[in-house]
Amino acid sequence: MSDTTVTRPVKKSDFSIGRLLLEGRAFFALIAIIIVFSVLSPNYLTVGNLLIMSSHVAIYGILAIGMLLVILNGGIDLSVGSILALAGVSAGAMMQGIELQALGVILYPPVWAVVVLTCTLGALVGAVNGVLISVFKVPAFVATLGVMYVARGIALLMTNGLTYNNLSGRPELGNTGFDWLGFNRIAGVPISVIVLAVLAVLTGLMLSRSAFGRWLYASGGNERAAELSGVPTRRVKITVYTLSGILSAIAGLVLSSQLTSAGPTAGITYELTAIAAVVIGGAALTGGRGTIRGTMLGAFVIGFLSDGLVIIGVSSYWQTVFTGAVIVLAVLMNSLQYGRSGRKS
Amino acid sequence: MSPETPIPGGNPDLREVVLAARNVAKSYGQVHALKGVNFDIHRGQVTTLFGENGAGKSTLMKILSGVIQPSAGEIILDGEPVTFHNSTEARDRGISIIHQELSLAPNLSVRDNIFMGREIIGPGGVNFAEEERQTRALMEELEEDIDPLTPVEELRLGQQQIVEIARALSVDSRILIMDEPTSALSASEVEVLFKVIRDLTSRGVSIVYISHHLEEALTITDHAVVLRDGNMTAYAPRRDIDLEWIVRNMVGDNYDLGSPPDSDKGEAALSIRNLTVPDPAGGFNLVEGLSLDVRAGEIVCIYGLMGAGRTELLETCAGRLHASGGEIVLEGREVSHLSIAERIARGLALVPEDRQRDGLVQTMSVGENLSLASISSFTRGLFTRKRAERDLIEDSIREVTVKTSGPDAAIGSLSGGNQQKVVIGKILATKPHVIMLDEPSRGIDIGAKAEVFRLLAEEARRGLAVLYSTSEVSECLSIAHRIIVMHKGRISAEFDSTVTKEKIMAASGESVAA
Repeated sequence: MSDTTVTRPVKKSDFSIGRLLLEGRAFFALIAIIIVFSVLSPNYLTVGNLLIMSSHVAIYGILAIGMLLVILNGGIDLSVGSILALAGVSAGAMMQGIELQALGVILYPPVWAVVVLTCTLGALVGAVNGVLISVFKVPAFVATLGVMYVARGIALLMTNGLTYNNLSGRPELGNTGFDWLGFNRIAGVPISVIVLAVLAVLTGLMLSRSAFGRWLYASGGNERAAELSGVPTRRVKITVYTLSGILSAIAGLVLSSQLTSAGPTAGITYELTAIAAVVIGGAALTGGRGTIRGTMLGAFVIGFLSDGLVIIGVSSYWQTVFTGAVIVLAVLMNSLQYGRSGRKS
Repeated sequence: MSPETPIPGGNPDLREVVLAARNVAKSYGQVHALKGVNFDIHRGQVTTLFGENGAGKSTLMKILSGVIQPSAGEIILDGEPVTFHNSTEARDRGISIIHQELSLAPNLSVRDNIFMGREIIGPGGVNFAEEERQTRALMEELEEDIDPLTPVEELRLGQQQIVEIARALSVDSRILIMDEPTSALSASEVEVLFKVIRDLTSRGVSIVYISHHLEEALTITDHAVVLRDGNMTAYAPRRDIDLEWIVRNMVGDNYDLGSPPDSDKGEAALSIRNLTVPDPAGGFNLVEGLSLDVRAGEIVCIYGLMGAGRTELLETCAGRLHASGGEIVLEGREVSHLSIAERIARGLALVPEDRQRDGLVQTMSVGENLSLASISSFTRGLFTRKRAERDLIEDSIREVTVKTSGPDAAIGSLSGGNQQKVVIGKILATKPHVIMLDEPSRGIDIGAKAEVFRLLAEEARRGLAVLYSTSEVSECLSIAHRIIVMHKGRISAEFDSTVTKEKIMAASGESVAA
């Protein structure tokens, strides 16, 4: 008994195929999807198609970034689809002109102002979520469920259930350019994909390099410990839901720009797709674990899978089944990964 | 190991030994938690398992009770090898375990918790009346005045422990394993528990007992087994051993919790004036008009029973709870209106009592936990500086001597004592002027305890004001310059370091056992 106590934690660097497959599962799933569909359809693996699919992914991807922040905090945001619709409809209303009856004038704000105002609206709705959850201690699920209905209802009221068409604006009113987000390309890449990439990079930097990122991981992992360590947990929570609201508004702008129309029923069930992307990307719904890289892979897995099924002509009902199966598989692997860690000897 | 100590092995003596472990080993990947342990449980006697954290005590108990399966070796029950696939199988054979972490459903009543999973079914569904009657009988037996219909969450931690014990008793266990049953009990509750244990053994029930409270364990045990680093290092009946024998076998050398450091005491660093903290649930104030000064370089110990208001006092100073009256003055400035973060920035920080719940972020690495409270010190502009953070973490690991494979190791891979050092290191990294520690030795072994105290003494010598609370008298008489005894939210006595244990205990309202 001459040897002293030595700690032998499992080394992270230990190489094993199983571990590599488990940790890179979203990446390998994406590669597998691309290979399978390339074999099944010659049109799948072309630059043109990949870019089109990516512009579809952009909507989910932007929502998923916000959802990741919320889930890292240990919460959930069910209102993103409704905020998306509300943002789209509000932008549509502003593009059609705001009639001020008292003054007898109709205002046509320029596109940049529409974008800023819409994002502000998203931020406000998100902040309502955040305040309900952090100040009034309403469970995140319930608070955002309520806001989901309210936001959807307001969007329906604003348009009376109808859709704003033709959002291109008119040159004589000086409000053209709304379709730039959805249709234009820079060096062949759709603007929406660039927006997604920029947002993802910024979020990635925030998560890995900023103090706020560390606060977010800490308060999601153990809010009480974070609070006692001086982390402003309440501010973190409100900020996270506000950011999710802004990102939903951006997604709403991109979507209505792609369609050049804004309807109050847009984005129904998108919140679930966003949650799925985050979960497939390996984040834990209990908070504190997850990366932007994983979430982006998750969004691409879902987008490339469903578009691939469309391209090879599989019924949309089967798409739903496949997407569900992928989600279940992802959650299964998450529990494998996190179930094994955190064990004490 | 002395040659006359009988080491169990071979066939257990059937008349004596009811449950035995033979060469039991357990590995988790590369981690060998147990390396071939032999262990006998004697009929109608108490066998205590001693060992530091990570020595393998809990692992061994989980194997004996079927919670986990051994990688090698066998379990012999009544002379026959048995395999338990889960704890229900073990329970059906009469083996029950009371875990260190309580496993009660807080929302359910005492009655429902005791009969959880084996409800008494009558013709009209669950026979609640019969369950209630049996619960009442159990509570009477345990001399606890707990109504069977009280929700468990409304009970004090000590009472919850009693419920847990009652649950094990209710299944007529022949072998009862208790993993740290007294860690949350007050002295009088411990006495009740020991009386229950003596009753049980006289009825032929065998008890396996694990405790970090060595003196307490020695008063009840019949046999002692010491584990170290996954091996059994010693085994002896009670009459052959004493405290020193256990400690020697546990840690390998003499231990000393230290003595008050001869530091230069400066001005009052923390002054508490007439502090009153209300009970959020109504009723009596948790802290009642309490005043206390801690000077720079001074170590003050707060001793008291559970519910004396120690935790509430410290949490109010840290900013988690709010006082209804009084002042908290840090180095001449009132801090009552400041947030936790602002108080940390001014140099007042708390190491909380429950490190799993309040101290550590389990999803983060050792390094990230260490740097959590001082992120601003390595943030320039928008971004954190990797290099500065790494330096801070490495300094911390060295200063508080955390045994870890590196800053990136998972926090869960550390032993309890090392986890506690991480929490302390995290607070020390904020360069506090006053550090408060709520039961810093809770659930950590003697070696780690001595290291923690040595660390605090050293920091005090450098001018840090230290205020720590404890419920173990021997810890008051170690590094503290001054000992404050709290009772029902007030200071009931104040002593210097020459006081005796008996005087401290008398002042706390605790009955001194003969």
